[in-house]
Amino acid sequence: MHPVLKLVAQRLTLGLLLLFAVSLLIFIGTEALPGDVAQAILGQSATPEALANLRESLGLNRPAYVRFFEWLGGILTGDFGVALTNGQDIGQAIGQRLGNTLFLASCAAAISVPLAILLGLVAARYNGRWPDKVISGITLSTISLPEFVAAYFVIFLLTQVIPIFQPVAMVFPGMSFLDRLQAVALPVIVLVLVVLAHMMRMTRAAILNVMQSAYIETAELKGLSPMRVIWQHAFPNAIAPIISVVVLNLAYLVVGVVVVEVVFGYNALGQYLVDHVSKRDLPVVQAVGLIFAAVYIGLNILADVISIIANPRLRHPK
Amino acid sequence: MADLLEIRNLRIEATSYPPGEAPRDVVLVDDVSVSVAKGKVLGLIGESGAGKSTIGLSAMAYGRGGVRLTGGEILLNGRNIRGMNASGLRALRGREVTYVAQSAAAAFNPAKRLMEQVIETSLIHGIMGRAEAEKRAVMLFAKLGLPNPESFGTRYPHQVSGGQLQRAMTAMALCPKPDLVIFDEPTTALDVTTQIEVLAAIKDAIHDTGVAALYITHDLAVVAQVADDILVLRHGKKVEYGPVKQIITAPHEDYTRALVSVRSIDHVEKAEAPPILSVQNVTARYSGTNFDVLKNVTVDLPAGQTLAVVGESGSGKSTLARAITGLLPPSQGRITFAGRTLNAALKDRSKDDLRELQMIYQMADVAMNPRQTVGTIIGRPLEFYFGMTGEAKRKRVQELLDQIEMGKGYIDRYPAELSGGQKQRVCIARALAAKPKLIICDEVTSALDPLVADGILKLLLNLQAQEHVAYLFITHDLATVKAIADKIAVMYRGQVVRYGSKTDVLTPPFDDYTDLLLSSVPEMELGWLESVLARRKMESAGN
Repeated sequence: MHPVLKLVAQRLTLGLLLLFAVSLLIFIGTEALPGDVAQAILGQSATPEALANLRESLGLNRPAYVRFFEWLGGILTGDFGVALTNGQDIGQAIGQRLGNTLFLASCAAAISVPLAILLGLVAARYNGRWPDKVISGITLSTISLPEFVAAYFVIFLLTQVIPIFQPVAMVFPGMSFLDRLQAVALPVIVLVLVVLAHMMRMTRAAILNVMQSAYIETAELKGLSPMRVIWQHAFPNAIAPIISVVVLNLAYLVVGVVVVEVVFGYNALGQYLVDHVSKRDLPVVQAVGLIFAAVYIGLNILADVISIIANPRLRHPK
Repeated sequence: MADLLEIRNLRIEATSYPPGEAPRDVVLVDDVSVSVAKGKVLGLIGESGAGKSTIGLSAMAYGRGGVRLTGGEILLNGRNIRGMNASGLRALRGREVTYVAQSAAAAFNPAKRLMEQVIETSLIHGIMGRAEAEKRAVMLFAKLGLPNPESFGTRYPHQVSGGQLQRAMTAMALCPKPDLVIFDEPTTALDVTTQIEVLAAIKDAIHDTGVAALYITHDLAVVAQVADDILVLRHGKKVEYGPVKQIITAPHEDYTRALVSVRSIDHVEKAEAPPILSVQNVTARYSGTNFDVLKNVTVDLPAGQTLAVVGESGSGKSTLARAITGLLPPSQGRITFAGRTLNAALKDRSKDDLRELQMIYQMADVAMNPRQTVGTIIGRPLEFYFGMTGEAKRKRVQELLDQIEMGKGYIDRYPAELSGGQKQRVCIARALAAKPKLIICDEVTSALDPLVADGILKLLLNLQAQEHVAYLFITHDLATVKAIADKIAVMYRGQVVRYGSKTDVLTPPFDDYTDLLLSSVPEMELGWLESVLARRKMESAGN
């Protein structure tokens, strides 16, 4: 078998095992909390008889491992169960919000990833000179701001000082694509500001590291322009470290943006999770937790695979 | 007609940052003038730090790592390129002057196919179109004797050998049809058997394309085969400059004479004696592989004598050392040392086994802790094996320093403050500190300049006479072998193909491999390369 295929298959298998372990942890975690679903449903009105009856009817008296595999089996067949608080199908509720989350994350990624890499290349090209200092200065200050401060600052600037956007990012089914874009503009700007610096700095550092290599001197002695040296000779050898940071930030854009969602009233997965944590709606928390874990693991496997493919020694063995 | 390259009174400076002192400017090259006519080859020769690479790169007005060209003129095709602006320099680099680096393995971009890299210069400078450039590259691959020239360019650098990469780099330099090529030690990193092939390929290519060249090397015997003129450099200054014939046969300066006569240590082999080390039928492989890197190796080393183990890279020389030291336990065979059988694995050996068997490495640089002083480094085995401390230890360290001819003022220095030769001497003192019966020397002179290496060899011979220590001397350099060995083992692909006393091994009739190895060592005479190649051609035609 081609070594690349073998490595990719290995990574995928490991990822699946990891995901299984995470699902087990999530289940154990929620089991370990005091009280159970029956208590949560009945709340104040719980009498011992009512609890016993409800536990019987929900199947909570069965051993934990049976319930774990039932839960896992349900998820594998697309059945996430029912939310305790409102009886809604969790799968349906998540589906729509996951779409919103991914839309916001992809818009932010589509702008921030190319921009960060471009700025990183420019900063490396002018290492230590004013363009490098300006780029680093600005991106480092934006990453130092807490997200909500950045969010309010952007709202103030772009709805009050220059009123071109509305401050709330309301989206609803049936909205046209352009309207959606318009609606998420502000949260996207905030997210770009937040993730830019990390990726930019890593791109710059990875490029500068490669620039020490003898083959960069070869390229310079060929009379190539500095930007061609960086783009053609340094960048292809710096892809692996850059990708891993890019992917960490992509994962963050999916799972870590609840503050931004709340500030802009954007109806997505993060807000949904936080709502149900406060209501102790454990089936929802479990389901969303598992989805976040899957996104994280999936993206990291993707980073590994891209790094493997980018390595000519693995792609073209002797 | 004006010369292609004319350097007048060149002065090159750099800023040095010595540890613990204020930065200061140092002069690397001072008042050097040379000229190269079209189609001629100028050899630049000298030890490391002599400024030969610095002068070579100045022909492209390039200063490596903050080096500044501060004075004189560099006339290329009649115009002064010193102080030319960046875009002017980009236009001439790669178009008029190209560069072949010492380590082609590092100088090729690992992420791109060879063909892309070889023709890049021609395309960027608009010298020729892609189709024409590829055709020329294939023609050069063929001329340089690369296998399958048509498809060679589709490979990545890691897919071809070091000697092939060095030739590919030469093709890369010749492809844009430059006026001048700078060859910076292009064969130094290669095995002697590969070196002769690459050298011949480069010489033919220079001749056929009519390009002029600067050929930089520390090996006078090599440069004598390709150059028309030679400039001998030392400490950034000209020692002697003249036609190759005069430099080799009638040098004016003492330093040049020393370079010409280097490798002339006369060492008479000692009489047969009982062995201190006996390696019997040793076979070894690295774990996880199914290939024996050592096959049935049997050699003896008499006490107080030197066994030289020679062969090209990959022949198993260093693996033999690993087997003897216990780092790689053999799968079969027995090693006896000082009358007792050594345990195969390092962890099963006694402290005396460890003490009596010491090692010195090729890279003295990385074999010492850079944050320890010379005194601490040499004192460590005294402490570990003999429990010496305080004044007694310091006194013994000083004795050892005297023995390696680094008497006063070195005990509190750090490795970074020593020269390459001095570092290797400290490593020798560290090995001696343990009072060993056997020292394994793994390519200990390979990274050193010839004159410095000569000094190290003489030191080792003196120490052997004083301390009666035996050496297992691993090297790929046959001149070193002649200078130091009492017995010789020639290794090839994990086997000992020839073994015996120095005289026996170096006297015909030879086996094929030993013959190839011996005849590949450059000799300090004009026309040596041609005569060897002609003889080989005749022999292969005769077969």
